[in-house]
Amino acid sequence: MAKRKAAVSIQECVACGCCMKVCPKNAISIPKGIHANIHRELCIGCGKCAKECPASIISMEVINE
Amino acid sequence: MTPKKKWYDYLWIVSLTYLILGFFNILFAWLGLLCFFIPLLIAIAKGNKAYCNKYCGRGQLFSLVGGRFRLSRKKDVPKWMKSKYFRYGFLVFFFAMFFLMLWNTWLVFSGAKNLRTAVTLLWTFKLPWHWAYHGTLFSAGVAQFAFGFYSVMLTSTILGFLTMALFKPRSWCVYCPMGTMTQLICKARNAATQQKK
Repeated sequence: MAKRKAAVSIQECVACGCCMKVCPKNAISIPKGIHANIHRELCIGCGKCAKECPASIISMEVINE
Repeated sequence: MTPKKKWYDYLWIVSLTYLILGFFNILFAWLGLLCFFIPLLIAIAKGNKAYCNKYCGRGQLFSLVGGRFRLSRKKDVPKWMKSKYFRYGFLVFFFAMFFLMLWNTWLVFSGAKNLRTAVTLLWTFKLPWHWAYHGTLFSAGVAQFAFGFYSVMLTSTILGFLTMALFKPRSWCVYCPMGTMTQLICKARNAATQQKK
């Protein structure tokens, strides 16, 4: 089965941190207050962040391995 | 599994208390300056948005009411609302209104104008608010600032609740002037450190 990973549209991110709060794996950080970073190895593709994002700028990308 | 709650996950209680206190004594409105200075100081000193990310009680209030209590349609915000034009435009407008409020405070402070015991909603509607005014030990300007600042806080809360209901719970975060400003500070700070390297 293809894996899913969250991807942030960096240009549109407001760095509010909603995604960070709901991530069950602590895979999201906003180190410089500019945009969210997804730690790809930790992301399990649950899609909670994409649902929570108030700007709806996180998409779930399908990754074929 | 829900992550373990931290002490700062309860700051929505502080935000709610702040709004309620304004109905009893308007001078409590001064406490709202904390929501102005703490995010700015964190952004300037640390170069991050820890305030938005962790401590913002208003954001927590929106996610509680819109998320937990389901008072939100949870639809996407319109595209224009997350555009840079709107976000920066709203920041400029918000600040223009803020300085107008400071100017009015100054006029009352200097005695050129009388104290007006009203709260202005959405920069237009003047609501009588005299019941929350029990005099001030200092100048009438101190009370005028409280009325003005509480107007700013209540107006932005109403806008926040409106977009919470229409769109995602924390839609306010998309165009919150403090959020936009702290992000700009972080961007500037980051650009400066990149140049040094």
